[in-house]
Amino acid sequence: MTAFIEVSQAEMVFNTKKGQFHALQNVNLTINKGEFIALIGHSGCGKSTLLNLIAGLLSPTSGGLICDNREIAGPGPERAMVFQNHSLLPWLTCFQNVYLAVERVFGRKESKAQLKQRTEDALALVNMSHASQKRPNEISGGMKQRVGIARALAMEPKVLLMDEPFGALDALTRAHLQDELLKIVARTQSTVVMVTHDVDEAVLLSDRIVMMTNGPAATIGEILDVPLARPRNRVELAEDPTYMHCRKAVLDFLYTRHGVAHKAAA
Amino acid sequence: MVSAVFHSPSEASDAVRAAKPATATAAAAKPEAAPKPAKAPIDWSAMLFKVLAPLAGIALLIGIWALLTIKSTTFPTPLAVWTEAVKLFSDPFYSNGPNDQGLGWNILFSLKRVAMGFGLAALVGIPLGFIIGRSQIISSMLNPVISLLRPVSPLAWLPIGLMVFKSADPAAIWTIFICSIWPMIINTAVGVQRVPEDYLNVAKVLNLSEWKIVTKILFPSVLPYMLTGVRLSVGTAWLVIVAAEMLTGGVGIGFWLWDEWNNLNVAHILIAIFVIGIVGLALEQLLMAIAKRFSFE
Repeated sequence: MTAFIEVSQAEMVFNTKKGQFHALQNVNLTINKGEFIALIGHSGCGKSTLLNLIAGLLSPTSGGLICDNREIAGPGPERAMVFQNHSLLPWLTCFQNVYLAVERVFGRKESKAQLKQRTEDALALVNMSHASQKRPNEISGGMKQRVGIARALAMEPKVLLMDEPFGALDALTRAHLQDELLKIVARTQSTVVMVTHDVDEAVLLSDRIVMMTNGPAATIGEILDVPLARPRNRVELAEDPTYMHCRKAVLDFLYTRHGVAHKAAA
Repeated sequence: MVSAVFHSPSEASDAVRAAKPATATAAAAKPEAAPKPAKAPIDWSAMLFKVLAPLAGIALLIGIWALLTIKSTTFPTPLAVWTEAVKLFSDPFYSNGPNDQGLGWNILFSLKRVAMGFGLAALVGIPLGFIIGRSQIISSMLNPVISLLRPVSPLAWLPIGLMVFKSADPAAIWTIFICSIWPMIINTAVGVQRVPEDYLNVAKVLNLSEWKIVTKILFPSVLPYMLTGVRLSVGTAWLVIVAAEMLTGGVGIGFWLWDEWNNLNVAHILIAIFVIGIVGLALEQLLMAIAKRFSFE
């Protein structure tokens, strides 16, 4: 295993109207190729900030980020992002939304027919071929998120970044999409960094769980290995001792050692 | 960080509010178009309501007018105006020299001036709106200028036009230009500033070229705002032309109205008022239809 993404001594300070906000400090993280990483923490702990740093949408106040031996200087299609609210362009059909990304990445090298094929393949991968000519407002929230994933995967990114991708969905749809994501990742061998606040989601999907302390000036509190064999089955795992142990460990970190209840009241 | 310039929130919501009743009248004006899909059973009572309610409103207006003019000798009755209108519209395109032309010519000349003044305003206003929306510096620079000039009455601009162009027609076009440019600038600028951050993030992550950002993200996203601005502008332009023509003369509906006042032909004045109203309504409907064509929600 080789280090694929390296975050070293990253610090993030935002200049807001109310003065400076120290979001992250001292963040060190190494992510290997093909690894599935979950970032978990209470809201406001800076997990999305860390993801945006890797995406290049933000640049760190100090410290450095490296992806595939190159410094991350800005956003790029090799680090595809799945946004929390899908962010499909409402005036384009699902097909056109995915095509826009495909065209950007492969437009120079490939023919139109190949680009179309790629787009169709990506939609087929998330079982959305039937809706390719529909606009985002004509399909459900879960379907939109699937198209968002298709758009990201179609770019054949080195890293797939996901910002609470299933947060806005109902529990059943979420479970369904988690299962699909597991299959897709198994097939594509993608490196994934996913922000979540769902403990079960983190344990079910990831190889390692990065747990973050509470902000301001949040940092990585602990990294937990999830030594569960793949493919994983959510029903079988429900009684698996390793699964329960991991789950317990995350809950323990989040609520016993870094609870926010008393802090929020203060 | 994305703060709308000028009085954007109220502007935009005003536009939305203004659009709603207009849609209602649109549906009412063309009731036969409403139940388009044949699958659903036709809702006769709703259709009857849609036809009858607007008709009743117009009947009420004409009824009150008729009642008030029963004993009047100076103010014409609806019937008298109707017979005059039939006479006028039986030959709308006659021409007996520059001061005596058919009503059709007058309307067309007014529309031509509006089209020119408004077209120039769109040509300048929409790109300017984009620039103001994109650049914080230019926005802060032009904001006070626009706030200062926008509330000025249309007719205040006319003397300047007359002075600069030394001719009535370009002065009228200039007045329309300067009065109809503001809604387009402001709405376009607000639209650009309100492009959702998410869409811009998509553009960043995909690393889209500047051209793709403009055509695939900025333009479609701003289009509804822009069309609202265009609609408000056309309305303003049509309001202004009547007033401007009254002062500048020439062939045009505003001049025609003033001419009929000098002839003391009140029936013709009333006809002119209806014609102005109907043309204004038609322009509005036309732009609503265009706006609907481009809306994606």
